[in-house]
Amino acid sequence: MNARERLARFLRTDPRDVGCDEAMAVLHVYADLVAHDAGAATERYPGVAAHLAACGPCREDLTGLLAALSGDV
Amino acid sequence: MERVAGLDDESAEWLRLLDPSAADHRAGLDRLHERLLRIARAEVRRRTARIVGPEVDDLAHQAAADAMLAILAKRDTFRGESRFTTWAYRFVILEVSSKLGRHFWRNPPAPLDDEQWERLPDRLGVDPHEHAEARHLAEVVRAAVDETLTEHQRSVFVEVVLHGVPLDALCARDGVTRSAVYKTVFDARRKIRAALVANGYLDPSVRQEESS
Repeated sequence: MNARERLARFLRTDPRDVGCDEAMAVLHVYADLVAHDAGAATERYPGVAAHLAACGPCREDLTGLLAALSGDV
Repeated sequence: MERVAGLDDESAEWLRLLDPSAADHRAGLDRLHERLLRIARAEVRRRTARIVGPEVDDLAHQAAADAMLAILAKRDTFRGESRFTTWAYRFVILEVSSKLGRHFWRNPPAPLDDEQWERLPDRLGVDPHEHAEARHLAEVVRAAVDETLTEHQRSVFVEVVLHGVPLDALCARDGVTRSAVYKTVFDARRKIRAALVANGYLDPSVRQEESS
């Protein structure tokens, strides 16, 4: 990926993105869906999926929650 | 407490244990706190190598205690949309995020004297061999920032993108929500992209939703 492509990727925004508050409000529901079927989670909550793809801190929260659920901790 | 319809057995058992009238309520609280503490410790270690030793435990204990209070205060709002444990663990994960944001300022990276736009290509992961294009990229983005962003958007964009300050650290310092900081950066990205498409630097044929 060249410099312009990287910049374009960084600047792109998804109009479906619901933002942090809405994503965090359903994080537990989303996490349970992901734990069983990631596709189902994206299908049911496309705006949350779009947000998690763009927001590092919220994605970290989901990763941490899934780790907690996996029993690895 | 009234049982939530359609609840799985394990979640129902947790709700029973957390009811103050349960004979084994104290044991239930201890059991939940033990889990929250274990998760908090693991989460602090997973997220950062900057915190070690007793500080990990201090932060984990604070996160677990605050999560416990939140869970007990909001227990009646649990509607069974997820397993109870998933609902409850979310509180401790969010507490860890918030506390790590505050902790960032205890030992922040060396302050940057100016905006150092030459760091932008590196922050975006541009190949160091693309020297000329990287310099040009930094210049056009800086011009777009100057021309299109408000002072507040510029300040937040510089701190998050150029200086690499975590969103949660900004929230802790400025007393704002993560959502507010994210929205500011989101709007800044959208405005900068529009400016770069308008001046021909970026290809307008790539629609926003296609690239997400």
